[in-house]
Amino acid sequence: MALRLTLAAALACGLALPVMAATTQDTPMEVHWSFQSPLGMYDQAQLQRGYKVYREVCSSCHSMNMVAFRNLGDKGGPFWNPKYPNPNENPVVKAIAADYQIPDIDSDTGEAIKRPGTSADYFPNPYANPTAGKAANGGALPPDMSLLAKAREGGPAYIYSIVMGDDAHIPAGLVVPPGKHYDPYIAGDMTAYWKGDPNKVPRGGVIAMPPPLSPGKVQFDDGTASSMDQEARDVAAFLEWAADPKMEERKQVGVAAMIFLVLFSGLLWFSYRGVWRDVEH
Amino acid sequence: MSGPSIYEPKTAIERWLDSRLPIIRFGVDFMDFPTPRNLNYWWTFGAILAFCLVAQIVTGIVLAMHYDPSGAGAFISVEQHIMRDVNYGWLIRGIHANGASMFFLAVYLHMLRGIYYGSYKAPREVLWLLGCVIYVLMMATAFMGYVLPWGQMSFWGAKVITNLLGAIPVIGPTITTLLWGGFAVDDPTLNRFFSLHYLLPFVIAAVVVLHVWALHVPGNSNPTGVAVKSKSDTLPFHPYYTVKDGFAVSLFIILFATIVFFLPDAFAKVDNEVMANPLVTPAHIVPEWYLLPFYAILRAIPDKLGGVIGLGGAIALVFALPWIDRSKVRSMRYRPTARIFFAFWVLSALVLGWCGSQEPDGQLFPGVTMFNLIDYDINSVTWVSRIAALYYFAFFVILGLLPMWEKTRPVPDSLFTPVLSHGAAVPAGAALAPEKKG
Repeated sequence: MALRLTLAAALACGLALPVMAATTQDTPMEVHWSFQSPLGMYDQAQLQRGYKVYREVCSSCHSMNMVAFRNLGDKGGPFWNPKYPNPNENPVVKAIAADYQIPDIDSDTGEAIKRPGTSADYFPNPYANPTAGKAANGGALPPDMSLLAKAREGGPAYIYSIVMGDDAHIPAGLVVPPGKHYDPYIAGDMTAYWKGDPNKVPRGGVIAMPPPLSPGKVQFDDGTASSMDQEARDVAAFLEWAADPKMEERKQVGVAAMIFLVLFSGLLWFSYRGVWRDVEH
Repeated sequence: MSGPSIYEPKTAIERWLDSRLPIIRFGVDFMDFPTPRNLNYWWTFGAILAFCLVAQIVTGIVLAMHYDPSGAGAFISVEQHIMRDVNYGWLIRGIHANGASMFFLAVYLHMLRGIYYGSYKAPREVLWLLGCVIYVLMMATAFMGYVLPWGQMSFWGAKVITNLLGAIPVIGPTITTLLWGGFAVDDPTLNRFFSLHYLLPFVIAAVVVLHVWALHVPGNSNPTGVAVKSKSDTLPFHPYYTVKDGFAVSLFIILFATIVFFLPDAFAKVDNEVMANPLVTPAHIVPEWYLLPFYAILRAIPDKLGGVIGLGGAIALVFALPWIDRSKVRSMRYRPTARIFFAFWVLSALVLGWCGSQEPDGQLFPGVTMFNLIDYDINSVTWVSRIAALYYFAFFVILGLLPMWEKTRPVPDSLFTPVLSHGAAVPAGAALAPEKKG
């Protein structure tokens, strides 16, 4: 019994050991996502709206190196269309790609040129190199967005919260340094900027990104009212897709695999009972 | 115990082969191996571990086909190429990365079973030692595998762990330089880790062969710890244990698949989704969960070399168990006192694991500051790990001294008696109940 209990505890703890670092920032806001449940899928209309926010706002500073235009038309992606199983033939994808100018080498002269993008190209980097990116943004390089939703504790809710919290409510007594913006959801230490009660230093930190979104900043094609909340929610969902584009395939294969495994285990259980039926043990 | 061979070649070609390479005889006798009939589900982890090793090797070989072991290319080859472009790459990597955790989960349960039921005692000391060697090789392999995606935690984990070796007097710095292939963790480190990560699993497979060989000389132990006395105490391995192990493996795969398909990032750390950057140190460097107890012991000792010795000692003592524990009674089922000390030992390892995941100066009771003793406040994670580590080591001393005063329960005459008599001869306690159903 002791063994049973301790091992059950070992199993539970081993699987659920949370890494609890000391937090200096607010936990991300609770957001409901269409994809959060074990079988939840992306909301394609939301991904399309989120893409528009990325295209018109984020992409001017943030790269998304690991995503190709063709990925937008992949199954589970924002512009997947069953009529075009090959995303390279998807007219929406082709139009999006052609809208970008991609650096290349002229195949006759060898000179550096720019040409319209094709579906096989990747989203181009807004800066020539990381140093240029830093120089243009007060010394802080805007992080690449391909994996951002997986690379931050809280995932899409963190992205949503950072965007919503940027400069939203600056407590009286907090002197934010020039070129920086207060955000309660980002890790940091505000002690040096706090003029109030030293025991009540506000949680959060400073971020170099100015508040990126505002109501009506992006006009959605599907007629959805573009409140700031809607824009932030949609772009966070889009970035979750960018970080985990195979989620829908993964969950679909997972359901089939689980059905098979449960049936297979059942068969093995009956075989086991059958083989051991007449054995005293 | 394996007894005379039961194989009789029936055809001319089988007789011809049998006198040259008796491989069919080997297979037939292997499947017919006499196995105690009272093994419970804790004995299915051998088969589960065999499955884990094969799954890791198969998925690993496929991943290596798509992986680029260079500082500039490793992260992209994993996160962009394998995860997005390779057909079912997300699945193969999901199995491989989470498979390491599943492998360790199974190996820990397998080892705890060995300790609880005294499986390491004579005549199975070599079997136990080989198992411990496999475990150490697994840790080395897993550590190097974790470095390969070349994320922030890969890089900084490699830096912290390889730096430990520098604490070894005289030869430490040379070993570290050799391991790094230079004077910092860099491309050459990644290259040799990739090479060794591909090599070591096959070394593990070879030691597994020895492990199974060493098992087949004395045969399995069993929950009562009583030696097999006659043929009637045993059943042929096939079909009785192939079907039971098969069922257990299938249940294990259900747990495994749940993680791979629905919680693929359950063991992942967000920092490792950022490419390695030698100029940016993550706020909190932690190893994977299966190494956390040792990490906590390392940090609990206020001296670097002392910490490394503590870490090594925590593993070395497990090797030495057959010579530490001299109790005549094999199974803790009949050792109620030892059982309690064992339960607390498992608890101490879990507490150490928790401590390893925390900041060393984190507070156990938030907001309470007491007084500093040996660098840390009494109310700190470090002091919790010091106390837990003390018990972790004390357990081995207790186990060594316990037979001097321990009162054990009566041990049945044969492993089969308690079952045949339907519990009449069972010593007090319900410990046998689970085995009734097999």
